[in-house]
Amino acid sequence: MRAFDYRRAGDRAEALSIARTETARYLGGGTNLVDLMRQNIEAPAALVDVSRLPGLIEDTPTGGLMIGAAVRNSVVAAHPAVRARYPMLSRAILAGASAQIRNMATVGGNILQRTRCAYFYDAAGSHCNKREPGAGCDAIEGFNRYHAIFGASEHCIATHPSDMCVALAALGATVHLAGAGGERNVPLLDLHRLPGDHPEIETILRPGELITAIELAPSEAAANSGYRKVRDRSSYAFALVSVAAGLGLAAGKIEDVRIAMGGVAAKPWRAARAEQVLRGQVPTRERFREAADTELAAAKAFDGNEFKVELAKRTIVAMLSELAGTEA
Amino acid sequence: MAIVINGTEYPLPDDPRISLLDLLRERLGLTGTKLGCNQGGCGACTVIIDGTRVLSCLTLAVQADGREVWTIEGLAAKDGQLHPLQQAFIEHDGLQCGYCTPGQICSAIAMVEELRRGDPSYVTADLTEGPMGATRHEIRERMSGNLCRCGAHNGIVEAIEEIMAGGAA
Repeated sequence: MRAFDYRRAGDRAEALSIARTETARYLGGGTNLVDLMRQNIEAPAALVDVSRLPGLIEDTPTGGLMIGAAVRNSVVAAHPAVRARYPMLSRAILAGASAQIRNMATVGGNILQRTRCAYFYDAAGSHCNKREPGAGCDAIEGFNRYHAIFGASEHCIATHPSDMCVALAALGATVHLAGAGGERNVPLLDLHRLPGDHPEIETILRPGELITAIELAPSEAAANSGYRKVRDRSSYAFALVSVAAGLGLAAGKIEDVRIAMGGVAAKPWRAARAEQVLRGQVPTRERFREAADTELAAAKAFDGNEFKVELAKRTIVAMLSELAGTEA
Repeated sequence: MAIVINGTEYPLPDDPRISLLDLLRERLGLTGTKLGCNQGGCGACTVIIDGTRVLSCLTLAVQADGREVWTIEGLAAKDGQLHPLQQAFIEHDGLQCGYCTPGQICSAIAMVEELRRGDPSYVTADLTEGPMGATRHEIRERMSGNLCRCGAHNGIVEAIEEIMAGGAA
């Protein structure tokens, strides 16, 4: 690991001012960043520790929830308001990593964690455009069982590894940012970028910009929601495919529906086409399958991950059937 | 800048690159905490900071400034009497080679508190009600961050079940 300056920010203003003057990275729990620094994939000149900035979970005036960026993942998952009003978020967080890592990881750090593509990690032996722009991508012709089926490019087919972000995408969360130019809010769905010609640019964050909070709007579909994760072992593994979904029913019909997928793209994948098929419909397994078929029609698989297309469809159908009470 | 480890205060290292695990093992001679994968995949380095189980390999020592750390060396009573969970691990054969054991025990002690608090896990059926007791299913899911390559998991789960049933720990 290369030498760096460690600075602990006492408040947000101090964090922003340190990050403005140095080639710095913000440090949350360190569960991903410290590992990447040890591998010499990340080598910041300074770490600005923002993990002790005030982190609260509070009701918003509109009946939603505001979650501070420094709140630990395990605290979010166990919070009574999250469990009762946004169960898919609790379940998604609890599906990720291990208890120790959830205790360390912050909300902001979880959002900004980097791909676990093995070729990205293998600095000594593999080509990766994300790690070294222009070097090429060994995953496209390589072992790509874990890689993307949506939104990939000829330069990168990596996936975003977060479970939490899949639920945030389905919930339509808003990310609060602070930077040198002031504060701004962006939808979580717009925060991460697809790889395109520049897989090394992963978000729309500006230099020195800090995630300060996540805001969740009130939602009836969110109260009837869940998260299903399919992986190579039953715990402590990244997703092959995961689905966060919420279902709001009125008079026997689907009034509101939210579906997002994990393990399938460089960002959490909102299944807007599937939602479109379902709105206003009577919830049946056949209709759920039609919605899943519609969404996955746009999927593009590689040699090692063709199974993900059918797996994603079945996981969507299973998750929605559970929420609708129509499990076979 | 100081860190309290098993009740004793120590200065923090000048070099921020030093992990809490390296501080414990290489600087302070507290070699009970084990170096496994050094990348957050195995749980052998689990310690308890302010009551919470974390991975010392991915914690920079400077991040633990002002915190209270407990490791396997600090669990037994002053007279040498083992912590009830240490004793239960012995009685249920919750170990073979012993390399993962300090991490397993630190992890399990904090896990018992999480269960008693009613924190849900991925396998908890009703999130608002919380876990319905320390079932084997719940314990296995909650301990999934601690790998044992000898295969002592059954004994580990039994030791934890005994502690949960007996109200100790």
